[in-house]
Amino acid sequence: MGLTNSSTGQALLKSTALVFSETSDFVVALAGNPNTGKSTVFNSLTGLKQHTGNWPGKTVALSAGEYCFADHSFSLIDLPGTYSLFADSQEEEIARDFLCFSQPDVTVIVVDATCLERNLHLALQILEITPSVVVCVNLLDEALRKGINIDLDKLAQNLGIRVVGTNARDGEGLDKLKEAILLTATEPAISPIHVRYPDSLEELILKSIASLPNTVFKEHQKRWLALRLLDSDYSLANKLQEYLSAANLVVKPILLSELQHQGLAGEFREPIVSSLYTTAEKIAKDVIKLDSKPHRRDHLFDQIITSKLYGIPLMLLFLGIVFWLTLVGANYPSQLLAKGFSWIEGQLLNFLTYLKSPEWIKGLFIFGIYRTLSWVIAVMLPPMAIFFPLFTLLEDWGYLPRIAFNLDNSFRLAGAHGKQSLTMCMGFGCNAAGVVACRIIDSPRERLIAILTNNFVPCNGRFPTLITMALLFFSGTSFLGSFGASLFLVLMIVGAVLVSLLVSKFLSKTVLQGLPSSFALELPPFRKPQVGRILIRSLIDRTLYVLIRAIVVAAPAGALIWIMANLGIGGRTFLELLSSFLHPLGYLMGLDGVILAAFLLGFPANEIVLPIIYMAYTSQGSLLELDSLTTTKTLLINNSWTNLTAFCFLLFSLNHFPCGTTLLTIKKETSSWRWTILSFFLPTILGVLSCLFIAQGIRLLTLLI
Amino acid sequence: MSLGETGVIAYVNSDCQLRHRLWDLGFTRGTHVAKLFRSPFGNPTAYLIRGCVIALRNEDAACINIYSSYPKRVF
Repeated sequence: MGLTNSSTGQALLKSTALVFSETSDFVVALAGNPNTGKSTVFNSLTGLKQHTGNWPGKTVALSAGEYCFADHSFSLIDLPGTYSLFADSQEEEIARDFLCFSQPDVTVIVVDATCLERNLHLALQILEITPSVVVCVNLLDEALRKGINIDLDKLAQNLGIRVVGTNARDGEGLDKLKEAILLTATEPAISPIHVRYPDSLEELILKSIASLPNTVFKEHQKRWLALRLLDSDYSLANKLQEYLSAANLVVKPILLSELQHQGLAGEFREPIVSSLYTTAEKIAKDVIKLDSKPHRRDHLFDQIITSKLYGIPLMLLFLGIVFWLTLVGANYPSQLLAKGFSWIEGQLLNFLTYLKSPEWIKGLFIFGIYRTLSWVIAVMLPPMAIFFPLFTLLEDWGYLPRIAFNLDNSFRLAGAHGKQSLTMCMGFGCNAAGVVACRIIDSPRERLIAILTNNFVPCNGRFPTLITMALLFFSGTSFLGSFGASLFLVLMIVGAVLVSLLVSKFLSKTVLQGLPSSFALELPPFRKPQVGRILIRSLIDRTLYVLIRAIVVAAPAGALIWIMANLGIGGRTFLELLSSFLHPLGYLMGLDGVILAAFLLGFPANEIVLPIIYMAYTSQGSLLELDSLTTTKTLLINNSWTNLTAFCFLLFSLNHFPCGTTLLTIKKETSSWRWTILSFFLPTILGVLSCLFIAQGIRLLTLLI
Repeated sequence: MSLGETGVIAYVNSDCQLRHRLWDLGFTRGTHVAKLFRSPFGNPTAYLIRGCVIALRNEDAACINIYSSYPKRVF
């Protein structure tokens, strides 16, 4: 807007300045529809020189990066992918505010060559805000394969701005794009296209322009503002008001209510969108030459993987392969890591002995903090490093939206969004990552439901517990026995998914009642996944993210566990005291005090619940793992475990408070203590009640029989 | 409109919660939209609109009124 001193613009710029260097010559914004390969363009331009974070006060991811071209430095801001700029969602508001108030030198609009019309709709909207635009027509090769030929020169003529064609996946056309950006930064387009609205609306625009202050805005900006005010855009009106008072401008205030009073402002969205689309349609018709019927092959493929017959079985097959690869593939590296860490532990101990450090330092730092940390990393890292890239592979290929499409009906009945199936799948890897993944759900109500119920699906940290219990207590000795254990495991998982759906339904009928919801799911064409890039990005974005958060929570917990297990009063350790205090409740729930204490101490990471139980039963002062299943079973049975104990233990493991990492993430994603606290108590109460019910029911039955 | 058919959009009901989103996606007056395929449980349904495939729940799709429809092979 040219509003350099705007408070809003300053705030936005300042916050984004935190992630990119202020020294660069030009600021470039990257805008576009979702699924246009916008992030590929971003990654190809900036390489690994990028920083990620969140938009200030929002849970929308913010990526910024730098690159150099022709002796100039450029800062690139990746705006959220949106279908329009009407600010109906957080993402749209962010994109609009950045374009409007932070005035990037150049805005690159990445458009998908395979569906130019809809992409041009956004481009036309952006052109109303700023003329410094480069249109980057991406996925040209994919369009060609579908028989879509785009005349780029004609498109440039039509739009009145610079247009570049790219295949960002192969790095094609990126130099030309950089050149066009530089040119546009120094000499913006002179006569960009101007969307003409119906005469009645144009008349109103003129009247509305008259109510705007004269000095600050350029002509085309006034036109856009007037249009937004006519469309009763309150959020923009408020931001403008804020800006005008911050800049101490003595101007006639823009009062939306005044416009409304004169009968000017109202609901003009339909004619506005219609005009934009009519213009986009006309341009698309002019520049596209169709060879054959597009989309045919994709639709045929889609018909198979979403069919009644194959849809669900194929999905189970794909997910089954992912889980199997994760479980099997993680075993060896996990053991290797554990061995490596225990070797380092030995060296550290030797070193401390050499320094003649007191025993408590060794205990607290080595047996407490170090051992817990290394435990969590060894158990957590390998499965995540396998699971997340595999999942990202399916995502990049384009299969994930089809899962959401296939399963949406069940989620619809539960008052939730089909994409929740995806966040649940992520939850199997890690609940914290699952909670972050809930960002893909664009309707606030369904996003909250997905966040609050993610913890009901067992994560990686709970899987070993489930498997151990299934093998120890719910299988025989024969081949049939191990089959029984697997079947039991599958039933537990299905049960967890059902509980998660039921709780979703409960939430949508109670606390989240009345909040609006929406479902419109794009099924983008299938694309060849970019394996190399996936590996790097999913390792950095998901695996490392989760790992770092886990480390932050696990380190202090390690110290606490050591203190609890080694210090005490009256000859009993704090752990023993806590266990005996919890024992009555534990007994009622079919468990015992030690198990409940282990769950409490295992708050930072579910991985350490079983090790804490072993530690307490063997009266050791630090976490330990047992050599074989037989010794484990003997130990548990000696501590009066029965099938009922094992079952209640499983039940409580599936339904209890989220781990510390997940809770932290929930707090960050919802920015509300209320939802964080609810997400703590909801599963806990459910777990306690169901354990009480089952344990007492079974005990009563055995009494009667 | 049945599967495999293409229709011309007349208007989107004004009480439709999804109205703004539908317009943004291109479900505007006079646009041709093809009904492609259903999910295994019959809901939602995928539509071809302006070259993109968009899945809508059946109750939301019911807000979109069609002038006329004609059978047309799109796949």
